Amino acid sequence: MTDQSGLIGMLLAAGEEIEKQKLYLTELDNVTGDGDHGINMARGFDAVSKKLSTLEDKDIGTILKTVGMTLVSTVGGASGPLYGTAFMQAGKVLSGKNEIEMTDFLAAFDAAIEGVKMRGKSTVGEKTMLDAMVPARDAMVKAYGETGDVKAAFAAGIEAAEGGIEYTKTIIATKGRASYIGERSLGHTDPGAESFTFMLKAVSERL
Amino acid sequence: MVGFVVISHSAKLAEGVVDVTRMMADGVPIRAAGGLEDGSFGTSYDKICAAVSEIYTDDGVILMTDMGSAIMTAEMVMEAMEDKKLVLADCPLVEGAVAGTVCAVSGMSLEEIIEELSDLKK
Repeated sequence: MTDQSGLIGMLLAAGEEIEKQKLYLTELDNVTGDGDHGINMARGFDAVSKKLSTLEDKDIGTILKTVGMTLVSTVGGASGPLYGTAFMQAGKVLSGKNEIEMTDFLAAFDAAIEGVKMRGKSTVGEKTMLDAMVPARDAMVKAYGETGDVKAAFAAGIEAAEGGIEYTKTIIATKGRASYIGERSLGHTDPGAESFTFMLKAVSERL
Repeated sequence: MVGFVVISHSAKLAEGVVDVTRMMADGVPIRAAGGLEDGSFGTSYDKICAAVSEIYTDDGVILMTDMGSAIMTAEMVMEAMEDKKLVLADCPLVEGAVAGTVCAVSGMSLEEIIEELSDLKK
């Protein structure tokens, strides 16, 4: 599916997309949270982009773990520990690899999801990034299993993630800052579900 | 003596909590780790690590947090420093810091202090 330099290209693309969507994500977070998701994520991925040029000779596991640690140290909000753990757990699964296939990607994605669940003490239905991540993973596993086509699997994943974003509008947040505003969070999407989907789209465009 | 690190999204809040503890428990190893490096709101993994490293002894350190990402970041610090005796307190921040530091000054162990702090929520 990709190698070290391909992965670095994907991570840079994800960072660029986050930078582009910074204001949009911040506005979303203003409504139901503390209004810093976009700014925080952009700061984190700016630090990631600077680090990536030093990682070209490292294995994929190390690259992802370093991305994770960089996000924890620079994002500053909840998405730091959450995405940080996601990338670190994904990196553990891909330790020592210089190339990965779709099956490796899906295993790493699984580990990332479990990491977010553990770190956030959360699951689907609580209006978090998991409401995009889990449907995306499920759709990708199914599509890849049926077709063996990487691009088709990513397309299915993106569609499911977008469905997840729409779903978050219909539920009340029970995690994070939005959980304190209760029913007033209805009708608004979760910023984490949106930032995840932006990143997934950016990665799929580099396939 | 058991040490304390006060973690908050706000630098002022963390420092304020430390100041309040000094009213009754001066001399306890305690550090504030609030806000980000540039002074804005948030939780800093690096600040927490630095604070722990500054005061750590074999008696251990109790981490106290305000909410949300402070807890998650503290947990990641503890996972990274697994060779150290670190415990995350689960109690109200200010009251816990005051009660905890008073216990520490009287010579209580980390385990005894955590036991005391768990009563604060009841």
